[in-house]
Amino acid sequence: MSVADLPLSPEDRHKESVDTVVIRFCGDSGDGMQLAGTQFTNVSAVFGNDVCTLPDFPAEIRAPAGTIAGVSGFQICFSSQEIHTPGDEVDTLVAMNPAALKSNIADLKRGGTLIVNEDAFEKSNLKKAGYESNPLDGDENLAAFRVHKVPMTRLTRDAVEGLGLSQTEADRCKNFFALGLVYWLYDRDSKPTLDWIEAKFGKKPKIAEANVRALTGGSNFGFSTEAFTVHYEVAPAKLAAGKYRKITGNEALAMGMAIAARLSNADLVFSGYPITPASDILHELSKLKHFGVSTFQAEDEIAAMSATCGAAFGGALAVTASSGPGICLKGEAMGLGMITELPMVIIDVQRGGPSTGLPTKTEQSDLLMAFFGRNGESPLPIIAPQTPGDCFWAIQEALRMAVEFMTPVILLSDGYIANGAEPWMVPEVADIQPIKVKYITDPNTDDGYWPYLRDERLVRPWARPGTPGLEHRIGGLEKRDGTGNVEYSPENHEHMSDTRARKVANIANFIPALEVDGADSGDLLVVSWGGTFGACRTAVRNAQQDGKRVSHVHLRYLNPFPRNLETLLKSFKKVLIPELNLGQLSIVIRSKYLVDARSYSKIQGKPFKVAEVYNKINEFLME
Amino acid sequence: MSTLLPQLTAKDFASDQEVRWCPRCGDYSILAQMKKVLPELGIPREKFCFVSGIGCSSRFPYYMNCYGFHSIHGRAPAVATGVKLSNPELNVWVITGDGDALSIGGNHLMHAIRRNLDINIILFNNQIYGLTKGQYSPTSPRGSRTKSTPYGSLDNPLNPLSVVIGCEATFVARSVDVDTKHLAATLTRAAHHKGTSFVEVYQDCNVFNPGAFYYASKKGEKEDNIVYLEHGKPLIFGKEKDKGVRLNAHGRPEVVELNGGISEDDLLFHDENAEDPSLAFLLAQMRHPEFPEPMGVIRNVSRPVYDESVRNQVLAAKELHGDGDIEQLLNSGDTWVVESDQA
Ligand SMILES: Cc1ncc(C[n+]2csc(CCOP(=O)(O)OP(=O)(O)O)c2C)c(N)n1
Ligand code: SF4
Ligand SMILES: [Mg+2]
Repeated sequence: MSVADLPLSPEDRHKESVDTVVIRFCGDSGDGMQLAGTQFTNVSAVFGNDVCTLPDFPAEIRAPAGTIAGVSGFQICFSSQEIHTPGDEVDTLVAMNPAALKSNIADLKRGGTLIVNEDAFEKSNLKKAGYESNPLDGDENLAAFRVHKVPMTRLTRDAVEGLGLSQTEADRCKNFFALGLVYWLYDRDSKPTLDWIEAKFGKKPKIAEANVRALTGGSNFGFSTEAFTVHYEVAPAKLAAGKYRKITGNEALAMGMAIAARLSNADLVFSGYPITPASDILHELSKLKHFGVSTFQAEDEIAAMSATCGAAFGGALAVTASSGPGICLKGEAMGLGMITELPMVIIDVQRGGPSTGLPTKTEQSDLLMAFFGRNGESPLPIIAPQTPGDCFWAIQEALRMAVEFMTPVILLSDGYIANGAEPWMVPEVADIQPIKVKYITDPNTDDGYWPYLRDERLVRPWARPGTPGLEHRIGGLEKRDGTGNVEYSPENHEHMSDTRARKVANIANFIPALEVDGADSGDLLVVSWGGTFGACRTAVRNAQQDGKRVSHVHLRYLNPFPRNLETLLKSFKKVLIPELNLGQLSIVIRSKYLVDARSYSKIQGKPFKVAEVYNKINEFLME
Repeated sequence: MSTLLPQLTAKDFASDQEVRWCPRCGDYSILAQMKKVLPELGIPREKFCFVSGIGCSSRFPYYMNCYGFHSIHGRAPAVATGVKLSNPELNVWVITGDGDALSIGGNHLMHAIRRNLDINIILFNNQIYGLTKGQYSPTSPRGSRTKSTPYGSLDNPLNPLSVVIGCEATFVARSVDVDTKHLAATLTRAAHHKGTSFVEVYQDCNVFNPGAFYYASKKGEKEDNIVYLEHGKPLIFGKEKDKGVRLNAHGRPEVVELNGGISEDDLLFHDENAEDPSLAFLLAQMRHPEFPEPMGVIRNVSRPVYDESVRNQVLAAKELHGDGDIEQLLNSGDTWVVESDQA
């Protein structure tokens, strides 16, 4: 087919209304799929759909072109309903080359739409993808799908002709051609993307024009060819009234920190060492210096953590962020923060491990490290955000808890939350509680300043160096309660270990009780934490709709646990704990509460699908 | 300033903690000089902060009556970086040992120095691991017989001064624990330098490595083994001030007798402000017994200071964008409104 073929008149095609659609863009790392996905997310969010995304890219910046290893994908679910996951199955798959087709086709649902760049299906690409013959040539395998073979490379070149671009430059625009086509297919308003092109390439008018032409060319192609007999509309979602924006987890963390610093009038010192998927926090925050933020790219994670201890001692809101390998390195200095009882937050954006593991994929396998990964008795509070937008609130809570209880706090995000995007209701400034930073200003005994003189919640004071009369020394050696002087006596060490642990345990009295989704008792309780919220919540709701006596609690506070967790666990016949690890939360819950909780684990670098959890619920109920 | 600071004395800097180094440990002497120097600086006591790693030397902060942080092994420069970033008005001293600074903490030492953080790093070099009871350290001479090297150590030692000059240090000096006047003067110079001051102090570990530096500290011996550096002055040493160091035809240093044939003008003149670090490196490489070892300020140059630059960037950002506007940040990017009456 070609554009020249006379199309059906557009009126002959009908528009279908659908609730929820899942699209996946996939292609070579160099094909601009992340950008296409992000743009689609933007226009859908601005249009008012609920959206949820799953970017999925290789660890290599440019794995060999055309290979399976180099395939980069971006999945987006958009809906007129409230949604919590990026979707289990793909409705429309855009595959820019054979490798992308090969590694993604299994997720396309039967009857789904497949759009391929047929120009890329030539010999060498087919070979690199491991195809013996061209799958587009009457292959039975693709019979289950609505296949659209589009010569995207050629049509993009045609669209930008006359602009004097090199062929490489021209070919770089084909993601916008694909995007334009999908915009037409789903009736998207391309204005936000046109604005983006203008803002991004305004200074390079040729490139800007080329991208606009490619985008328009793609839309026109959809509009004018008879291949696409239907196109779809997805109405805006009935989200709670308010103003929304799109946000990723890492953006939300950076924004949360900057605003916390500004509102509390305290300086924030952020120290980090680049690591996927945490680096964006450093990138975002380093743009926000005018909020009173200093960022420090340290020489390694040990230095970042040590500087965080130093910054906390100096009187700043101190935060560091890393991923598993870096958190391992931070362990000793986290212990220093623990024993010196200084306020700070350690963000762990979890990724697949052990060792370097799966740098760009998500996992929840650092939970036990957060609990126990330091020498000595060193319990620290742990908070886990559940969605990208929730990161904004979680980091502020973590900072508040750190300052209020004088302790390092661990925030466990993950790659899925960090890079995933969702519509986020923009809060009113008045609804954001400032963090009350209070330094002691006068000696607290007749004998001068005692750094470890605790209040009724066992919390010690925070003295800012530079304050006259409060000169004192702290350090990693065991110290006498009250005076803080070095002391090794057996009784004192037991007392201090116990006191530090009780201080953290006592935080349970200051965090909200768990809210149950469903009845307070029944046949099965699903317990989840962190980024699996959406899949677990949706799966439980589906089971509830089937009439099953299933409820769901999602843990935001992992140490200490909310006070009502034990009662809830014991009010159900069965407990299921889905996790993206080999069962770490279930180990803690089983040992702490002596309940026979069942672990459901997945460790593939991918989030749960709703159906997986739903099926497991049913299976377990039937046993 | 109209308000006069109360005149502090060494006593004001003594904490109430019992000092627990071994008898005749060189650390005592360094502590005494530090307590003498600080009151002279005209800085209020609460502005001083000592940060240390782990080791005998690193117990130092407990004995100083000011702010102090005894951190973890090797990490003091990184901890101090955080202290300085959060609280730039503090006068920060890092106390570290040869193992602490050059073995486990080598990376942090290197980076604090290249950043030129405004801190003073005092390395107590006793050529041994004191606290862990006598293993050889990265500065122990090759062949050292210690607990962990009964047959002699096999690795070549690091020269702390060469290392830090290689890290682009802006202030480099050396002194000896018991050379009290010189030590006090050197610490004072370090305190006044803006940027990272690095001072190596030869320190006697009386228990595990006694006498390692007697050649440089014992009266009657040291005169022939060290040379006091003075800016703009020739390198002259010896009991009778009758020896000097000059550069030979190949630009290498050589020891010469000052007699009729060679005058002071023929000697190497010290220039601590030389931008080019070659002279500083050449001096650092003068080792006993072939050469007298230089004491005093080897290098003293001016470079941008990290913590000040960090602060300035924050101020510049505020100047450019105004104090962070929360409303604007929350609403950055595309926003859209969902109406309440939407069906
Ligand atoms: C992570 C870690 N590893 C090892 C030790 C044991 N340790 C304590 S001090 C020290 C060496 C100290 O030597 P140096 O820095 O020269 O200080 P000195 O005691 O000689 O003053 C070692 C190995 C430790 N405390 N922490
Ligand atoms: S072991 Fe050596 S360095 Fe340590 S206190 Fe004793 S004498 Fe001093
Ligand atoms: Mg030593």
